Amino acid sequence: MSFKLSYKAFGKHAILVEWPNTVDEKILNDVLLFKKLILETNNKLILYINNAYNSLLINYDLSINNIYDEILALKTIYTSQNGLIKHTFRHWKIPVCYDAKFGIDLDDISCKNNLTITDIINLHSQTIYTIYFIGFLPGFLYLGGLDKRLHFSRKSSPRLQVKKGAVGIGEMQTGIYPNQSPGGWNIIGNSPINFFDVSKAKPCFASSGDKIQFVPISIEAYQSIKDKADTGLYQIENSLVHD
Amino acid sequence: MIRVLKSGFYSSIQDQGRNGFQEFGVPKSGSMDSYSSALANSIIGNDNSCAVLEITMTGPTLEFLCNTVICITGAYMSPSVNNLPVKLNQAINVKANDILDFGKLLYGFRAYLAVKNGFKTKLVMNSRSMFKNITANHIVIKGDHLEIEENISISSTKSSIKVDSHHFSSIDLEVFKGPEYDKLSIDQQNLLTNNSYSISKNHNRMAYQLEEILVNKIKPIITSLVMPGTVQLTPSGKLILLMRDCQTSGGYPRVLQLGEKAINMLAQKTTGNQIKFRLTE
Repeated sequence: MSFKLSYKAFGKHAILVEWPNTVDEKILNDVLLFKKLILETNNKLILYINNAYNSLLINYDLSINNIYDEILALKTIYTSQNGLIKHTFRHWKIPVCYDAKFGIDLDDISCKNNLTITDIINLHSQTIYTIYFIGFLPGFLYLGGLDKRLHFSRKSSPRLQVKKGAVGIGEMQTGIYPNQSPGGWNIIGNSPINFFDVSKAKPCFASSGDKIQFVPISIEAYQSIKDKADTGLYQIENSLVHD
Repeated sequence: MIRVLKSGFYSSIQDQGRNGFQEFGVPKSGSMDSYSSALANSIIGNDNSCAVLEITMTGPTLEFLCNTVICITGAYMSPSVNNLPVKLNQAINVKANDILDFGKLLYGFRAYLAVKNGFKTKLVMNSRSMFKNITANHIVIKGDHLEIEENISISSTKSSIKVDSHHFSSIDLEVFKGPEYDKLSIDQQNLLTNNSYSISKNHNRMAYQLEEILVNKIKPIITSLVMPGTVQLTPSGKLILLMRDCQTSGGYPRVLQLGEKAINMLAQKTTGNQIKFRLTE
């Protein structure tokens, strides 16, 4: 671990740790490693830890008495690491139906980005995306790795209702709406699986640091997977990867 | 059981909120004014983890189907039991078939109703706090039956706890520097902490937006982490004060962070009310 980190008090109950200001997988891995090390100290005063692209928020149960002591404790944890810890993650295969029935903005992207619809589907499903973190909505994955040719500006006025499972593109990002919500991204398909299930101990199957890949499916396959997913019988294809 | 005869403007079951699910994008939720909610619980001898009913702006009409002890705190919404006015901040015995009703809002914006041993609605991810797509409903609705325990009455105490009226009337909110505070110009910093601001009509459990604009030249940040109390500054200069149901991440610069007490006080404010940020180290 060799990044220059900044530590800031964030109110009386939290410390924010920040990495250099860029979206980079090396930074994500370092963020996740630090998060893991802090969790391993099993500090009962820590209420929760959450991460984003290049930041870590450590939230304490009680107000922090001496911020310098807490920051020093965190710095010690960061520098104690010997660099031998291997990064382990899951690689998930997410079925997506890119049929025009769901992909209501495919034509628009096709025209403006000068790509055929088959090009769009291929470019979108051939990339392996990194899950940087989950935020915005419960079960919404922030994914990195969208092909430049698919970058597309957000709709000038958001739709009031985007369907659950809708797969969209907004600027340089792609993502899936875990539930029906308003949204300004361009919709290219729909995934029949559940990204958020309150009945599960781990309500979202994926975690920060995992990878996902989209697998194009037909309308018929969509319906059959959806039936299974809705009754909890669908197993998302995945594999454990040791980096 | 309590039967909901009328729901009021926005009534929801809340407790101390959800922790540990932020990494799945789940908001913390919980009582907007945690001070008033804790007070209601403590007056009737409940543990602070007991779920209460948070009542916003206009109250519901509730019919008790069993005996219990209740306490109402927070905003004054002219509460009555069987058409007889009842006091805030005091234990009240209610019997089966009693009707709790609310009237005119005289001060504050959110009232809390605690019942002996708490509301027993379904626990979802260690909390009963209602939130869309997490709990079955995000508000209580007419016809709902809210589960509570039957409890014997207590020898009624006439004494009520006195609450400092500053909690409702003070415009001063204690704040800390947010992670991007230092990116503001000295002028912007002065405007932020010397001016008073008014609450716009856009306010709810997720966020309070302010009316005045703070001209902004700082760029959006790479999406980072936020929490209840974070004050965001949008590219168009709007100030957004995140509240209990806020998202876990956001891309606007975080210029201030409200303290817990300030969040509680803000939760009692509504459209047109003034606030002033008091920066503390």
